[in-house]
Amino acid sequence: ILTAKDFPSVVSHRTKNGGPSVSVSGTKRAAESVSHEGGSPTGVSGSSQVVGWPPIRAYRMNSLVNQAKSQRADEGDSGIGEKDKPKDGLKKKLNYNGNKISSTTTVNEKGHLGFVKVNMDGIPIGRKVDLNAHSCYQSLAQALEDMFLRSTNSVGAEKEQLTKASKLLDGSSEFVLTYEDKEGDWMLVGDVPWRMFVSSVRRLRIMRTSEANGLGIHKKSMANHSCFSFSVSESCYSFVAAPRFHDSNERQRSKPI
Amino acid sequence: MQKEMAYSFPDEVLKHVFTFIQSDEDRNAVSLVCKSWYEIERWCRRKVFIGNCYAVSPRMVIRRFPEVRSIELKGKPHFADFNLVPDGWGGYVLQWIAEMAGAYPWLGEIRLKRMVVTDESLELIAKSFKNFKVLVLFSCEGFSTDGLAAIAASCKNLRELDLRESEVDDLSGHWLAHFPETCTSLVSLNISCLGSDEVSFSALERLVDRCPNLRSLQLNRGVTLDKIANILRRAPQLVDFGTGNYAAELQPDVFSNLAGAFSSCKELKSLSGFWDVVPAYLPALYSICPRLTSLNLSYATIQSPDLIKLVSHCPRLQRLLVLDYVEDSGLEELASSCKDLQELRVFPSDPFGAEPNVSLTEQGLVAVSLGCPKLQSVLYFCRRMSNAALVTIAQNCPNLTCFRLCIIEPKTADYLTLEPLDAGFGAIVEHCKDLRRLSLSGLLTDHVFEYIGTYGKKLEMLSVAFAGDSDLGLHHVLSGCESLRKLEIRDCPFGDKALLANAAKLETMRSLWMSSCAVSFGACKLLGQKMPKLNVEVIDETEPPDSRPESYPVDKLYIYRSVAGPRFDMPPFVWSMDEAVKILH
Repeated sequence: ILTAKDFPSVVSHRTKNGGPSVSVSGTKRAAESVSHEGGSPTGVSGSSQVVGWPPIRAYRMNSLVNQAKSQRADEGDSGIGEKDKPKDGLKKKLNYNGNKISSTTTVNEKGHLGFVKVNMDGIPIGRKVDLNAHSCYQSLAQALEDMFLRSTNSVGAEKEQLTKASKLLDGSSEFVLTYEDKEGDWMLVGDVPWRMFVSSVRRLRIMRTSEANGLGIHKKSMANHSCFSFSVSESCYSFVAAPRFHDSNERQRSKPI
Repeated sequence: MQKEMAYSFPDEVLKHVFTFIQSDEDRNAVSLVCKSWYEIERWCRRKVFIGNCYAVSPRMVIRRFPEVRSIELKGKPHFADFNLVPDGWGGYVLQWIAEMAGAYPWLGEIRLKRMVVTDESLELIAKSFKNFKVLVLFSCEGFSTDGLAAIAASCKNLRELDLRESEVDDLSGHWLAHFPETCTSLVSLNISCLGSDEVSFSALERLVDRCPNLRSLQLNRGVTLDKIANILRRAPQLVDFGTGNYAAELQPDVFSNLAGAFSSCKELKSLSGFWDVVPAYLPALYSICPRLTSLNLSYATIQSPDLIKLVSHCPRLQRLLVLDYVEDSGLEELASSCKDLQELRVFPSDPFGAEPNVSLTEQGLVAVSLGCPKLQSVLYFCRRMSNAALVTIAQNCPNLTCFRLCIIEPKTADYLTLEPLDAGFGAIVEHCKDLRRLSLSGLLTDHVFEYIGTYGKKLEMLSVAFAGDSDLGLHHVLSGCESLRKLEIRDCPFGDKALLANAAKLETMRSLWMSSCAVSFGACKLLGQKMPKLNVEVIDETEPPDSRPESYPVDKLYIYRSVAGPRFDMPPFVWSMDEAVKILH
């Protein structure tokens, strides 16, 4: 029986951020290593990890996500593994089997599956970044630096490792990373726990430091904020463990590996 | 000279005759007859369709066709729909608008697909074309409601404004109020993409009120169920209607009002929208169901029993879009009730779930193929398939023109025999002699491509993913499919050999997309060198392709024929293999 695992070279994974694939649900699935049920020929579901597969238009995905969101809102906050609950003739609950869409996926205002727009001062063309591909600020900042601040002609030597603190986050760059939240306010990235940020961010802007005065937390205190003194061994790879600044009341959403 | 004159008509007569020739193909044929026909034809061509906006430059189009009134442009490759094309890739329409603003003051229709349209572009359209009538933005992005306000305000005779599936920055719902009171010409308005954000409903009502020719109206999700009746009563002449949110607490007076409003629409043939459906409100549609030919329930999370009930009231249905909640049982009902069915699309409700959440298998599609002899177009997402089922479908529906099957898990074998699905798809191409579009999935070897190359003579568009064993597969397709225009491939072990051996073929096609395959940078450079009429573009977001050895495979490759040469708006992560550009880069 051939499974996706027999053809590792042709299945593409998102590894753009200089580190191993850290997309949340995909890695979970591989680690769970679903035992082959009966005669199931497909084995481990690899499709959740593959970009652009199954081929469903972004427009349609947004709708699916928005349905999930509104239904979660109806039933109150919910964890994974919802059972169907008929509700007085109103819409039936969708059983998502705890997959990417319902519980661990970021959805911004427009409902795009994790993609938020990023603009940088001085660059007319904006980009999009997939927040689901990151589990901490460091990784996001790294990706953004790769996208915007690195000249594409510079090779090799410039490839920074995650061990180096991102310039965007520690205030040493001439740019700072800011975001627009659900209320339309512009904030400095890094103030709040990662997941809280991910659920409230609408879009990002890499702003000139000179223009960032008066935004959210003062630049100086940002550098001292505990969320930037983490080392590689923390959040980025152990996305299950709550980072130390995490609100202890926030419900653990991820399934343990 | 005298002899020639005896056999030829005066130009005016020819021109008049040519006005009856509408199709692009025929017009192109006419223009090739002789020089004078070429001249006459080009002066009277009013509609131009450009399938790839980079295949030709605005200047070239304007030079050849000086009197165009209607233009259609397509930008990004199809796989952009699935996030495979990075943001900023291109497809900007501004340059086109700017040049046409000067050259075509009478331009009345602009239709765009997968292009980046800025507010600046929209504002330019609004102020440049006094006779502007039709704007269709299909799957476009880059603009906001400010741009729409400009269009609404300036276009005095606007007939069509269709924003289907576009991404609009919704800054304010009041843009609709910018339609002047004197605007009574609207025939079609599609704002379904505006999502849950509110449009000014009173402005919408007043607009609908004063446009007696409105035939097609698609509301956005933000319009609640209780408001539908108001709109319908103002526009009983509607032929095509898209609801907003179709959910509310069941209240008898709201229900009867809604049912009454629907029944007053005697021309209504097509319905869509249906976000968040409350099944109890579906019977409000029963009065118009017998007339319905098209039903799009693909956003409606209603379960099979409710779907079955609804569909059984629609015997004239020709087109159905639905989620897989319909299940095999629902499709069996469809097969027995809707003998006129021509198009079926079944979308997955839970595409990332490891286990199936609904009972939808290949059986549903087989049932429809058996019961609906007029079936032409299929898009089907499912989790299992067999060669036997595909052969049955092929034999039942020899008139298929479009067959797109997506088995959700890549490389899924025939669930009965555990073999590849080569024979099944082979049967499809063999029996369906008019097949123009095909999308493959499941476990497939080079054999399926052999079938496709042998039988797919009318095939124009082919989409391939996670299939094949070697270059032979690609070679079969490129050498065998005579009508091939668009080929898109991802995650297949196709490399340099087939591509280079069939380089000339690429000039007969619109475009080729290959991502996560095995085509080397060296081969791309060679193609770029040898084929000046092709634009060979390598996309790589991580590092420049020449920072690695030439034998290294490129991440993404997009090749298209062009008479305009390499484009000038490439972002940093797109590299042109054109010799001239490389030197300057």
